[in-house]
Amino acid sequence: MTPRALRPDLAAIAALIAPASRVLDVGCGEGDLLEHLVSEKQVDGRGIELSQQNVNACVARGLSVVQGDADTDLVDYPSSVFDVVILSQTIQATRSPRSVLQHLLRIGAKTIVSFPNFGHWPVRLALLFNGRMPRTATLGYRWYETPNIHLCTISDFTDLVRENGARIERAFALTKKGRTRPVTADAWGPNLFAQDAIFVLTKS
Amino acid sequence: MAEIGNPVFLRALAAPDADPGQAITFGTDQPLSLDSGRRLAPFTVAFMTYGSLNSLKSNAVMVCHALTGDQFAASCHPVTGKRGWWEMMIGPGKPIDTERFFVICPNVVGGCMGTTGPADINPATGRPFGLAFPLITIRDMVRAQAMLLDALGIEKILCVLGGSMGGMQVLQWAASYPARVVSAVPIAAAARHSAQNIAFHEVGRQAIMADPAWRNGEYALHGTNPAKGLAVARMAAHITYLSEAALQRKFGRTLQNRDSFSFAFSPDFQIESYLHHQGISFVDRFDANSYLYITRAMDYFDLATDYGGSLAEAFRGSPTRFCIISFTSDWLFPTAENKRIAHALNAAAANVSFVEIETDRGHDSFLLDEPELFATIRAFLGSVAARAGVA
Repeated sequence: MTPRALRPDLAAIAALIAPASRVLDVGCGEGDLLEHLVSEKQVDGRGIELSQQNVNACVARGLSVVQGDADTDLVDYPSSVFDVVILSQTIQATRSPRSVLQHLLRIGAKTIVSFPNFGHWPVRLALLFNGRMPRTATLGYRWYETPNIHLCTISDFTDLVRENGARIERAFALTKKGRTRPVTADAWGPNLFAQDAIFVLTKS
Repeated sequence: MAEIGNPVFLRALAAPDADPGQAITFGTDQPLSLDSGRRLAPFTVAFMTYGSLNSLKSNAVMVCHALTGDQFAASCHPVTGKRGWWEMMIGPGKPIDTERFFVICPNVVGGCMGTTGPADINPATGRPFGLAFPLITIRDMVRAQAMLLDALGIEKILCVLGGSMGGMQVLQWAASYPARVVSAVPIAAAARHSAQNIAFHEVGRQAIMADPAWRNGEYALHGTNPAKGLAVARMAAHITYLSEAALQRKFGRTLQNRDSFSFAFSPDFQIESYLHHQGISFVDRFDANSYLYITRAMDYFDLATDYGGSLAEAFRGSPTRFCIISFTSDWLFPTAENKRIAHALNAAAANVSFVEIETDRGHDSFLLDEPELFATIRAFLGSVAARAGVA
């Protein structure tokens, strides 16, 4: 199978990972990021994925992936066994983002979380002018069918990280065109102008 | 001293030209130490191999058979003349590719296809063992397989695979000999036999023992055969290998060769004659006492008990790569039991994949044409082989 071009946010995450590290990708989808990390960076990569169909696709690509739910199954993993734990574009779909984040911090030396920024200005404008739940390129669902039940802004997420005693090592804003740039997590700018955010966290 | 020779089959051969495979006999100096505390010596392990071992001895794959399976996984069965039970899986270009891998499939201890079991002659008495045969466990089966590998000079196995009871052996292999097992694929398995499964086995055993021809296990001496009891045991068990949906789809309430009820107890329904056929064809190739012993071994299986009650402890620090496979309609070894294994492996930080395959064909799906099963095993083995540098 020829490798697919990596989604820009996944490519940005891949760039943050050291070769040969031990990686757990929570919500790994069809395994695009994992396959890239295994083949390009020789990581010891594992995945958890909710959809059984996606899991089967991952295993058929030779990846080590289990069917599981971030909300219920992270509790099985022992502490500090992974160098990096990744949760990309998934935290907003969990039932209990706070406890998921706590488990991620516990399991990995480093935690990378990416999520759509609900503070992005088109989202704000959409609600202000249309008076309806915003539907954007990354958040395209109608309110009654969206899996994204816990959307947050960069500022909201920053608060949650601090409340849980974690340290923000680095934060990046991801623009619509897929460019990343380092940002200060609690500055007002990124919260308004970043479409997506990527946070690198450690236990403090 | 271990000696390699030909297996002895206690039954008439329907296909005398079929490859009988090999048998290795361990002398009294190499007893099999059993969990019961007893020792079995001398004893024989009959086995089939497919493909050839490479010079580094790094391409060996072990296939463990299920309760009523045997070593003839990918070749003609000498007793029945039927094709191998996993011919779709093993062979040149198949998911377990014999052009790449050296496949070893041994008959389990307690079996009746050449490996020492209750139908064989007890050297102490000169008569068939019958119930004098020691009770065996899944771990005993795996110990015997490890001795076979030692005798063949194979240190590491690239992959151990098996469905149902074969999957139990796979798990036991990974727990007992982690350094020898590069990868493990338990299919439709469980780390413990459930109360419901023990219950079904007990029905089967009681059916055998209730047959007057069983003669307290000494039917060989009396020249009788508890075929009826064994057939009933097989019929009851066979229902558990299928699913309600598959039975309904295949048979429904269709009558067998008739338009109306017979108002008698001869088989009216297609499902009845199907089960009768399953029962009758089984007794031609299986020994009733073997059925008692092997079902008991499965009942005793609970991997966690050897590790302080924690399944994760059985796999702590395991270097083995696992791929757990279950089937949606399997109610005998359901997905929940398989998931339990995956959770324990996660807790042990082991390398694990878990695939659930959607099918309505029940527990026996692992023996059937399930493309997703083949694709999974082909990809998993391919990736394991690539990582191990096996061409």
